[in-house]
Amino acid sequence: MKHVFSVKIGPVGFRVGADWRAPIAQLADLYAGYPRPDDGVPDFTVRLFAARPWRRFVRPAVMIGGDFVLPEAAPLPLAQGLLAAEMGMNLQMALGQRRYLLLHASAVERDGRALLMTGVSGAGKSTLAALLSLRGWRLMGDEFALLDPATGLIHAFPRLVSLKNTAIGVVERAAPERRFGPLLAGTPKGDIRHLVPDAAAVAAMQVPARPTLILFPSFGFDPAQREISHSEAFVRLTQASTNYVSLGERGFAALTGLVKNTPALAIDYPDTDSAIAQVEAVWEALGEKL
Amino acid sequence: MNDGWLLARALRLPGQTLALDAAGWTDLLAIARAEQMIGTLAHRLNGLKLPSAVQRILEDARASADQGRSVALWEAEVARRVLTPIGVPVVLLKGTAFVAAGLRAGQGRSIGDLDILVPRDDIDRVEAALLASGWEWVKPDPYDDAYYRRWMHELPPLIHRDRDRMIDVHHTILPLTARITPDAAALLADSVEIAPGLRTLSANDMLVHAAAHLFADGDLAGGMRNLWDVHCLVEEYGTEGLAARAAHHGLAKETAHALRLAAALYGEVARIGLVDWLYLRRITARDGWGWPTRPVARQAFYVRSHWLRMPPTMLARHLWTKWRKGGAGPSAG
Repeated sequence: MKHVFSVKIGPVGFRVGADWRAPIAQLADLYAGYPRPDDGVPDFTVRLFAARPWRRFVRPAVMIGGDFVLPEAAPLPLAQGLLAAEMGMNLQMALGQRRYLLLHASAVERDGRALLMTGVSGAGKSTLAALLSLRGWRLMGDEFALLDPATGLIHAFPRLVSLKNTAIGVVERAAPERRFGPLLAGTPKGDIRHLVPDAAAVAAMQVPARPTLILFPSFGFDPAQREISHSEAFVRLTQASTNYVSLGERGFAALTGLVKNTPALAIDYPDTDSAIAQVEAVWEALGEKL
Repeated sequence: MNDGWLLARALRLPGQTLALDAAGWTDLLAIARAEQMIGTLAHRLNGLKLPSAVQRILEDARASADQGRSVALWEAEVARRVLTPIGVPVVLLKGTAFVAAGLRAGQGRSIGDLDILVPRDDIDRVEAALLASGWEWVKPDPYDDAYYRRWMHELPPLIHRDRDRMIDVHHTILPLTARITPDAAALLADSVEIAPGLRTLSANDMLVHAAAHLFADGDLAGGMRNLWDVHCLVEEYGTEGLAARAAHHGLAKETAHALRLAAALYGEVARIGLVDWLYLRRITARDGWGWPTRPVARQAFYVRSHWLRMPPTMLARHLWTKWRKGGAGPSAG
């Protein structure tokens, strides 16, 4: 492919190739502080290509390909090429990752202990992770938490934080402008703007953390919280994992280990300020018990 | 520029990979993934002192292939439990047969669907038993369904509603429209029991089937994997009696050709003719991004595969129908 960028995010190396310069230049800019893949050999390949040769120039549309693909992914306009690259990398993880059990969750760390937040799209996991990372927590990732079946530890996957719609404004008010990528308006998921993880998150991305609390946040309700049983957490997390089935027994053992040893709470919140306060309070109460 | 030969050389002489640089490894892994042979590669390179990033990727591939093996064997077991009570033995084909029989061709092999062979006279009973045990139709299109039932060598594919696994029930190894009609009764009669209720084809019939599959049942997509199967089967069983058996099934030419191509790709053959060179160009048409290359060769072999499958007027009608539905053509990758 004509334009290439390679990067290591957490323990995973990627190679992204594209028919166009723009998405690769944006990746190189936003991931400037990240290392290259170990030994120069990436774990996964992503291809951004034109459906037909002339579509490189006429109404350019970005198709997403790579080692692992879904059969019917729709192309994106070239202006959303950065989103296509991110989707391509996430797709390789979702379909191809076999070393770690993938949990569709955001993760932040403090004192070597990881807080996982998972829920449906719009529950606020990216927003909460971004805001907590601006308040002294280390960002481990906003999309996937990587559970190592061998150790039970969570590995970081701090790619660009993908903020959607109203979350963009909320985080823009809290973080400096230079940390943001371009606004991608009118994507299939609405407006999207990426936040670059801070230097500390990148510097420590090889350092795993012990899972300590699992939160299931829900946005748009009066503040409330309830404990989640092991069995319910287990079922919810199997739903939130893209490779639980393909890991077989290793995945089952890893996930049962996680839910048995980690308290889980559902929290409802009306706005992000209230959510942050709830999370900090729960974390503090937990710290007293440990 | 690297192509499928990079993978072929690595499988043939694993030690040569030690000379690869980072770009070479990157290409090799992408090609192996695209050909669905990374598990095979991982097994072949096991024990070599590899760069740690490569080592990690191949370890994951081995674990993944092991898991795939368990799933494939379980699927065979479920089919056995459904078909034994109605008196139909399960003759496993292709990948599942290789792993169930512990063959070299099965080491690290990626296995998609469960392919089985049953007597044609039992096909309605087999279908009814599978439908009663949780399998469902995949092809909702009435044209496709009718086409399969009238002309193909297998039932329309069924998928299990809980396990999401596909089963292909064959009653012979070539479409009924093909000019060649292998002796399906002999395939069944000479099959070998490998466990109670589970059978594989005889060694020679496995090779004949691999050849039939390569030349008449597809457009050579998956040719690298298919020829690796052939290479491993020949290494393990030899070719005694193979020519006569292939001739019996009407596949003498195809079988000899498959052996020649497998030897050229994975063995010791130094010189090949122009026709074989064309086949190998098609089979190795893959770049270091895992991207299919050589579109003209691909398209030519796609049309040719259909040419072998059916008479010309039928082919024209079929391609026309598929084209109007917007489906025909080799996959773009």
